[in-house]
Amino acid sequence: MKTLTLLQAINEALDQAMAHDDRVVVYGEDAGFEGGVFRVTAGLQEKYGKLRVFDTPISESTLTGSAIGMAINGLLPVAEIQFDGFIFPGLTDLVTHAARFRNRSRGQYGVPMVLRVPHGGGIRALEHHSESIEAFVNAVPGLKVVTPSTPYDAKGLLLAAINDPDPVVYLEPKKIYRAGRQEVPNEMYEIPIGKANVVKEGTDMTIVAWGSIVRIVLKAASMVLEEGINVEVIDLRTLVPYDKETIINSVKKTGKFMVVTEAVKSYGPASELITMVNEKAFYSLEAAPVRLTGFDITVPLARGEKYHFPSEEKVVSYIRKLHKEKA
Amino acid sequence: MFKVYNGKKDKVYQILNEKGVIINEKDEPKLKKETLLKMYKTALLARQADIKGLQYQRQGRMLTYAPNMGQEATQIGIAAAMEERDWFSPMYRDLSIQLYRGEPLENIYLYWYGNERGSIKPSGVKNLPINVIIGSQSNIAAGLAMASKVRGTDEVTVFTIGDGGTSHGEFYEGLNFSGAFDLPVVAVIQNNQYAISTPTHVATKADTFAQKGVAFGIPYALVDGNDVLAVYKAVKQAIDHARKGNGPSLIEAYTYRMGPHTTSDDPSIYRTKEEEDAWAKKDPLIRFKAYMISKGYWSEAEESAYLEELDTYIGDVFRKVESYGAEVALEEIFEHTYKELTDELKEQIKEHKQFMEEL
Repeated sequence: MKTLTLLQAINEALDQAMAHDDRVVVYGEDAGFEGGVFRVTAGLQEKYGKLRVFDTPISESTLTGSAIGMAINGLLPVAEIQFDGFIFPGLTDLVTHAARFRNRSRGQYGVPMVLRVPHGGGIRALEHHSESIEAFVNAVPGLKVVTPSTPYDAKGLLLAAINDPDPVVYLEPKKIYRAGRQEVPNEMYEIPIGKANVVKEGTDMTIVAWGSIVRIVLKAASMVLEEGINVEVIDLRTLVPYDKETIINSVKKTGKFMVVTEAVKSYGPASELITMVNEKAFYSLEAAPVRLTGFDITVPLARGEKYHFPSEEKVVSYIRKLHKEKA
Repeated sequence: MFKVYNGKKDKVYQILNEKGVIINEKDEPKLKKETLLKMYKTALLARQADIKGLQYQRQGRMLTYAPNMGQEATQIGIAAAMEERDWFSPMYRDLSIQLYRGEPLENIYLYWYGNERGSIKPSGVKNLPINVIIGSQSNIAAGLAMASKVRGTDEVTVFTIGDGGTSHGEFYEGLNFSGAFDLPVVAVIQNNQYAISTPTHVATKADTFAQKGVAFGIPYALVDGNDVLAVYKAVKQAIDHARKGNGPSLIEAYTYRMGPHTTSDDPSIYRTKEEEDAWAKKDPLIRFKAYMISKGYWSEAEESAYLEELDTYIGDVFRKVESYGAEVALEEIFEHTYKELTDELKEQIKEHKQFMEEL
């Protein structure tokens, strides 16, 4: 057991997967020699050679499209999209082929690829470097979408994604790449895809979050605990296919439901989760469910970020309001 | 030949002229009689399957159908130059290649009949399902070939694309990637003169499509796509080049789509009778047949007998498809979304079944 950052945990997962299985190849724009702009893939080319760890021309369309061909022809490609907002040229092949090849070929060709995407905002970056793409990728039948919030989950979820027979989009909360360390087992292990994690038990309301937002919600939850509000916090971990049961059981216990995400409000992931809760646990609800999200705007540049991304203070304020609602 | 036939408009590689006469004796490929017979008979099957497919559609028995008529020589030349172990990343108008490489007509018809089961390939047939979205087969080909390189196999990947498809970024992005890594890829542009109704001169200012190879730094050539021998020879050379580890090549096969884009299209809106008649004289099957007869491998009598045989065969195949092709169980449309059905999908099946039971 050693303590790793989330970024190091991803690197370790890639390293061990490559050592364990010759079929795993890792590539992307600047992902080879340099080890990626965030250094997530640092050291891998030295260790596994240029044939299995390589830099590509700047073409997200070929990044995703070539992964499909590699997966069909016997490899387990792990491709890196450099920043969330660069994925759009790559969506064509992801949506029109990766997600559909199994169906189109009636199961003859699965596409066991992983698309790693440094994801989300709050890092004071340029335009297109702070986006939330859940609303785009979550709605594509045939794709799986996961995102860790801790180093432990980062390693286990990535290993599960690499071993999954279907294409998995792995969203990396880049804001917390180096935000803290956690004990991570030396051996290989998997966090099952499709299982959420109750990271804090509580009785007064259920909050679902994922990625870097989980930390913010946990801090807010500990702040309101002093006021006597006991929040249950669920880290969704897998966005598709997501764990309904854990959410429903929690809402049945607490009677109140909130989703906190930096993704868009309208037609965004919070809408799906709240609809599901309304369908499955409507009569357990004591108040209208709440979505605390990013605005339906272009993600602002650094100086405007403070308004856009849900902050601890805003989460606290929304918790207090929801807590006051009476059935 | 890639050095001489350099992508200029007036340098079109040809071995067999429009009358079926060998004009380039030293380049005539030394193909065995059985191979040539397989090539010719597959071309005839593809042509007849198209004619019948269009008829069935007009009778309301077949759904949207995209015929390959006019492009048989290009496609047979490609397919015959490939080995069984080579990958094929297709576009959507590749009937002759599909048939030559071992896809049963029954499956192909079943697909156009509206049933995904038609895309299942017999074991060992390394043709990917046809690609309806334009251009991305170039990216997938790059990936297939990258895997061949990483795994150290000697497979080559061939992909086809239309003249229209070259307007897509993915054509360039994929082939650039293949070039950058010296991947075993052969790209064939089937220039059939039209992207549905849009003629090539509206879609590009480039003189030829072959010359686009300059930018990739790879060999390129312009070939008479209605000359099966020229296409075979060029593709074979490109495949050998790729298999030796020398990287990709680009071939433009200059041909003509004799039929409509699909059954939803009416070419009389955008092209003239004179143009169609002029191309009819260049029909790839006319010169292929003349060549086969001149070789002593074929005769008019064999042709009539074979066409009759095909008529019965194709009719039987289509009736068989009609007998079961429309039967799709509810579970079938769900079951290959993921390797395992998700709980959500199971629930959606259950809900719809309840609705059906209530009917």
